[in-house]
Amino acid sequence: MKIAICVKQVPDSWAEKKMVNGRLDRESVDAVLNDLDEYAIEEALRIVEPLNEGKESPEHTITLISMGPERTTEAIRKGLSMGADGGVLVSDPALAGSDAVATAKVLSKVIQDGGFDLVFCGTESTDARMSVIPAMLAESLGWAQLTFAGSVKVHAGAKSVEIARMTESGVETMSAAFPCVVSVIEKINEPRYPSFKGIMAAKKKPIDTKALADIGVSSGEVGTTGAWSEVLEAQPRPPRDKGVKLEDSGDGGTKLADYLLEKRLV
Amino acid sequence: MANILFLVDHDGSKVAKTPGELATFAKRAGSAIGVILANNGAGDALAAQLSGTEIDRLIVVENDEISKHGIAAAVSALAQVVAKEKPEALLVASSARGKEIAGRLALRIAGGVITDATDFRSDLSTTQSVFGGSFTVNAKVKVGTPVITIRPSSIEAGVASAAASIEKFEVSIEAKDKTVTISNSQPPVKGGRPDLTEAKIVISGGRGTNGNFAEVEAMADLIGAAVGASRAATDAGWYPHTHQVGQTGKTVSPQLYIACGISGAIQHRAGMQTSKTIVAINKDPEAPIFDLADFGVVGDLFAVLPQAREALKAKRA
Ligand SMILES: Cc1cc2nc3c(=O)[nH]c(=O)nc-3n(C[C@H](O)[C@H](O)[C@H](O)COP(=O)(O)OP(=O)(O)OC[C@H]3O[C@@H](n4cnc5c(N)ncnc54)[C@H](O)[C@@H]3O)c2cc1C
Ligand SMILES: Cc1cc2nc3c(=O)[nH]c(=O)nc-3n(C[C@H](O)[C@H](O)[C@H](O)COP(=O)(O)OP(=O)(O)OC[C@H]3O[C@@H](n4cnc5c(N)ncnc54)[C@H](O)[C@@H]3O)c2cc1C
Repeated sequence: MKIAICVKQVPDSWAEKKMVNGRLDRESVDAVLNDLDEYAIEEALRIVEPLNEGKESPEHTITLISMGPERTTEAIRKGLSMGADGGVLVSDPALAGSDAVATAKVLSKVIQDGGFDLVFCGTESTDARMSVIPAMLAESLGWAQLTFAGSVKVHAGAKSVEIARMTESGVETMSAAFPCVVSVIEKINEPRYPSFKGIMAAKKKPIDTKALADIGVSSGEVGTTGAWSEVLEAQPRPPRDKGVKLEDSGDGGTKLADYLLEKRLV
Repeated sequence: MANILFLVDHDGSKVAKTPGELATFAKRAGSAIGVILANNGAGDALAAQLSGTEIDRLIVVENDEISKHGIAAAVSALAQVVAKEKPEALLVASSARGKEIAGRLALRIAGGVITDATDFRSDLSTTQSVFGGSFTVNAKVKVGTPVITIRPSSIEAGVASAAASIEKFEVSIEAKDKTVTISNSQPPVKGGRPDLTEAKIVISGGRGTNGNFAEVEAMADLIGAAVGASRAATDAGWYPHTHQVGQTGKTVSPQLYIACGISGAIQHRAGMQTSKTIVAINKDPEAPIFDLADFGVVGDLFAVLPQAREALKAKRA
């Protein structure tokens, strides 16, 4: 079984994110591996580890796939230190400003060429938060879509997957035969911290960096020029007015009620 | 006149609040055409619930395979409606399902996609609030038919007296869109309270409730609020996951958000910081939630909430 995991490098959650010329300024912020992608890696590891147990060379492998600037290798390295086997990074100046459509095209091309059985993703990135890429990968690959998984069961022998999809519409049990795109929510597991051994081993694991030409996607299909949507204008929101903070000295509840009534909030 | 299609969100028997809102947005750019994807025999009862909205036409697709095979089947049905109607744009309410349908449909009909818009104008451009509300972005699809998801409660739904015309439309779902089989589906447990993403007021409890949501719920019932929870509270099993507010829960933007015993972690803020007015009750004066709060009470929620409730009742009487 060959599993691919799509991982995105995003600004650190606490970093102040800014738009410059209608694009997220990725340069000026600390970058990390997208939270939910760690959960995807953890889940895939839990699936392959028992199957690979006692084998000389692992029969079931995990490859991390990302699209992003060159320093995305740091995020990939983090995933490798958790235990993934290798990585592919598509990095090209022409990719800057790509929309979701272009991102899906690039990632699915790499997945197609890699001969994978399953793709794991997070359900959402912490920067753009669209929650669409896994579904779009399923569409462009023509694979089964098993997304928003709160639990995953992979039947390696029968080549099928069953998940519990957990969303605001409730819980659905759904299944499909390989190949599938699976996305996970954070309820699924608790990702491990990379061990010292894992960090050392990751330094020797291969990361294959490819330009657009290497994967056969033309630069006109991606980036700002190839995007099917465009940002017309981006404005910082005026900062919130400083609020009132009072210590409860026995009348905090009454004061709260007064505030709500005075502002006609209730 | 331009046709704007939109997907009518429902749970099988009851339509959501969003179709009226989407119709009002659609009317800005042309006629509002709602599409209902339903099981066989369920369409008319759903359509009947939409009277009084600004919908001009309703296209009812009845096909049991849509609810059985999930997102891909819904996309297949919608693409067939789009091929017939050739709309100028397609609107969908933002939700896990709505966004996934939009993303796939965009690829299938070769149009750009915009998610989580809070505004939609007659020139088909949108407004999004990004990075937890710190930036406002105006955007537009420039290739193909725009597919746009719009956050619930972004507009007050307009009312109209003329009833929408209703027509049935047959679709056939191809095998490639039936690779997923849904064997069981459990709707979320709904209390009598308003829906989180649709409510004007949301009151949330966190670890500080220590598992006791009684005070939070009593206040919710008094002021007609929906109840939310932090991840600490849903992880502990104190409140259902479907009520989680935040990065991996729901994004809410009510008129009033009251955070009780919630510290204000970045992941929680991501789901509530665009609320118009934020109130926080927390024992710790240093809790980061106070940085966001318009009104903060440093105190014990089990003292502050009941007292506030009594005061509200007294003043109202
Ligand atoms: C503020 C903002 C708003 C945007 N709005 C739009 C918009 O309305 N329409 C539009 O078309 N584009 C938009 N974009 C561009 C869009 O963010 C990128 O195309 C992005 O790669 C896909 O969206 P996402 O990060 O939200 O992915 P999501 O769908 O939220 O990500 C889910 C999962 O997909 C995988 N994934 C996503 N991106 C990558 C990647 N680059 N490499 C590897 N795996 C990945 C990860 O597993 C991730 O957990 C926006 C960007 C920003 C910064
Ligand atoms: C990938 C990922 C996704 C996440 N997604 C989400 C998400 O969607 N939503 C979310 O909420 N979190 C999310 N989190 C978790 C988040 O980081 C925090 O851990 C969580 O929000 C903390 O919840 P809390 O504020 O209730 O608990 P705590 O941080 O423990 O805060 C409890 C607060 O209650 C106060 N308190 C205690 N007793 C009382 C009392 N009697 N009266 C008044 N105040 C009292 C304390 O002073 C404290 O400030 C996510 C984390 C990760 C890693």
